[in-house]
Amino acid sequence: MTRNNNNKQWQVVGQLDDIPLRGSRRVQHGDKVIALFRTMNNLVFALADSCPHQNGPLSEGIVHDGCVTCPLHNWVISLETGKAQGADTGSTAVFPVKVDGNNVSLLLEPAKRVRGKVDSTLMCASSQSQP
Amino acid sequence: MEPVMTKEKLIVVGNGMAPGRMLEHLIEGDPDRYDIQIFNAEPRVNYNRLMLSPVLSGEKSYSDIITHDDSWYETNGIQLHKSTPVSTIDGRSQTITTHAGDTYPYDKLIIATGSSPFVIPVPGKDLPGVLVYRDLDDVDKMIEVAKGHGNAVVIGGGLLGLEAAAGLQEQGMRVTVIHLADTLMEKQLDAAAGYLLQKAMADKGIEIITGANTEAIDGDNCVEAIRLADGRRLSCELVVMAVGIKPSISLALDAGLAINRGILVDDTLCTSINNIYALGECAEHRDVCYGLVAPLYEMAKTLADQLLDKPSCYQGSQVSTKLKVSGVDLFSAGEFEDTATREEIILRDASAGIYKRLVLEDNKLCGVVMYGDTTDSAWFFDLLKKQEDISDFRDRLIFGQAYQGDEAADPIAAVAALSDDAEICGCNGVCKGKILNSIETLKLTSLDEVRAHTKASSSCGTCTGLVEQLMVLSLGDQYHSASVVPMCACTDLGHDDVRKLIRTKSLLTIPELMQALEWKSSCGCVKCRPALNYYLVCEWPEEYEDDYQSRFINERVHANIQKNGTYSVVPRMWGGMTSSAELRAIADVVDKFDIPAVKVTGGQRIDMLGVKKEQLPAVWSDLGKAGFVSGHAYAKGLRTVKTCVGKSWCRFGTQDSTELGIRLERSLWGSWTPAKVKLAVSGCPRNCAEATCKDIGIICVDSGFGIQFAGAAGLDIKPTEVLGHVETEDEVMQYASALLQMYREQGHYLERMYKWARRVGVDVIREQIMNDADKRSEYQSRFEASQKIAQVDPWAERTQGVHHHEFVPLVTNDHQVVV
Repeated sequence: MTRNNNNKQWQVVGQLDDIPLRGSRRVQHGDKVIALFRTMNNLVFALADSCPHQNGPLSEGIVHDGCVTCPLHNWVISLETGKAQGADTGSTAVFPVKVDGNNVSLLLEPAKRVRGKVDSTLMCASSQSQP
Repeated sequence: MEPVMTKEKLIVVGNGMAPGRMLEHLIEGDPDRYDIQIFNAEPRVNYNRLMLSPVLSGEKSYSDIITHDDSWYETNGIQLHKSTPVSTIDGRSQTITTHAGDTYPYDKLIIATGSSPFVIPVPGKDLPGVLVYRDLDDVDKMIEVAKGHGNAVVIGGGLLGLEAAAGLQEQGMRVTVIHLADTLMEKQLDAAAGYLLQKAMADKGIEIITGANTEAIDGDNCVEAIRLADGRRLSCELVVMAVGIKPSISLALDAGLAINRGILVDDTLCTSINNIYALGECAEHRDVCYGLVAPLYEMAKTLADQLLDKPSCYQGSQVSTKLKVSGVDLFSAGEFEDTATREEIILRDASAGIYKRLVLEDNKLCGVVMYGDTTDSAWFFDLLKKQEDISDFRDRLIFGQAYQGDEAADPIAAVAALSDDAEICGCNGVCKGKILNSIETLKLTSLDEVRAHTKASSSCGTCTGLVEQLMVLSLGDQYHSASVVPMCACTDLGHDDVRKLIRTKSLLTIPELMQALEWKSSCGCVKCRPALNYYLVCEWPEEYEDDYQSRFINERVHANIQKNGTYSVVPRMWGGMTSSAELRAIADVVDKFDIPAVKVTGGQRIDMLGVKKEQLPAVWSDLGKAGFVSGHAYAKGLRTVKTCVGKSWCRFGTQDSTELGIRLERSLWGSWTPAKVKLAVSGCPRNCAEATCKDIGIICVDSGFGIQFAGAAGLDIKPTEVLGHVETEDEVMQYASALLQMYREQGHYLERMYKWARRVGVDVIREQIMNDADKRSEYQSRFEASQKIAQVDPWAERTQGVHHHEFVPLVTNDHQVVV
């Protein structure tokens, strides 16, 4: 794992195949939720999973033209810059991503530990077995 | 002549195309400067590896593809040691030693060992009959096996793999290509071009399986079959692996040269040791190892200059790709991923099978994909390499070099530039001259007149835009184009046109549709994709495979997204009836999952609000055990059938409205519709179920049932229209499903039933459903056919693992979770 100067480090967060083409997956990083997007041409981007408008979960939007359309009020956000497109203004945080073979990594600060809640839902959801 | 001893000694290890080209430049520059020796492991002179595919397909023979024969080496005084592998390099003493043990000194050394094919490490990879595709020996072996005319499997749908597949097929084999990614040549092509390529290969008779992972190669003494990770087994006598190359660096590694993937070289192609250079596929320059010939030739030129002490440096190459398969014209260069700062220009010509896409950034070309017509590839590639500003001729850019005159940019310039015999309407064979001539001599002023007199644009309609441009060209400001409202910016076609064309042209998939209807974007947009997905599922209920990523989130996860990103869950309660067992199950779910809010909805259902996405499958599973299915409260489909208690309880009730409501709901649920659909059944004209503001409302009376439709009580408030009166419940069922099907087939995506009725006319609908028994029964039977497939409970499917990735997290470490 490479460390760089301001305490951030590259962390493998999943496999490219885990993210559907023109789709998205979420990464819970401490108290932050980061949305990973994979475009039709296999490019991966990472944004804070929160629309600059009213914090809608961008990870649930439709991915098109290098942008994602927020599922709440159809704001269109650039995957590359995090900026709202068209007449809307505002932007959401962008995280550096790299794809190495099938590994997808994010440049992250050390996560803040989350207590209790998230873990219990996980246990419950992952106990669903996949046939 | 100078004595040989005074010449500098140049040794080249490897005799591929890159050193061949370098030597040509070198000798051209100064034939006498170096005493040159080449050591080559292969027993042959230099041949053009790019031409292996034509050798495999039988179009060329080995002798045709030789670039430097024995006499060339002789004439130029070059000593070629064939079949002489080099085993060590000593950078300090500046010598090399061959396998045979002979040592030779050098002043300059060039390592051009090339690359070797990557072999996937699966069981059976060493069986006889498993080949790679790299040199003439491989081709000879393939031709030998192909004589048996059996089955071949090519692993890898990249450039080499597809060429190998086409060649083997020419040799008479039945060929299947299996490819890991979802589209062919995904590194060089966008998805739209990948689709066209796949179709062309399939048309040649080559089977393509994408998204396929090889698990093992089976066979006792030789290859018998290949096994895929999904369990499929393909019998075959030949397996060709074409999954990539790795630079051959072992010699350099032993010599102590700096290595990463390849041998590291600087801009002069010098390695980390003085007087040793690396060239070609074994070299790594600025983090890139090249595998295509053009960059290798550019390197060769730089290195020759270096060796002649001319100042030159190699700064990396822009790479372009062409596929050498007969009948497939394909070109790509640069980058073509969508980003917000990039724009694209698309040209599609469905009848000619052409797709061109230019990707622009800051008014410069940064990517080109061409399929079907690559005439202008060199010109585009040149613009891309030179990073020329194209803003002055941007409007005409996509039409190619021939259209770049000095005239001002004009949207109809391209049409104006067409010759009179250029075909405008492919369906009816109408050319430009005929249309212009008719407009002029017959004094035509409207599109309909042009259609009537010339037949152009009267069949499939895809040339309507062109015909209109011709009318503008001929009539100028007198002509106002027809008021078709395009579906979105990706097309000039309206919703109705698209639906009609889906049917007449039998378009079965979104990529096929976009090509056939000449979509102006490569992959559609947020407006057209969900609409097309609906139109295709409606038209081809059995054949069409839903495009999951073109659905809105609510329809992907079968719940309603709320403002804070949580979901609401509404189980179906048929006709609004429930029971103590159901209510108890709901209460248990609310407690177990700590659901923060429970609400009775306007449609007589119970809504659980604030469920987290990852909880959904577990919530559904518990609800499913109590007999609940999805209430589709999120769907562009049947939401609810609201009822009153009817004659079973009410002193005014005339019919069993509750049972009729349940019957309607059980019959109509599950189908996709253009927008949401809400029903109600009232047991008497007092109308407690509020049926007169629904999409379909039934008012029971003593003599039977009044059917109402096209009401609204949302943004617009509109009472229903009368459809008609029927006497039996069975008739209600028939008429309601026929009406719903008519709306499914004609409604524009997201157009509610009342807007559809306003657009097509209430009378038209009433006439077809009430008075035309044949029409009605056709609608009804199409609806029933579609329902056979549509009525699957999405919640039950998902608790059994469908679209698992959407809900189930992958724990990646202590406190990071991918959901």
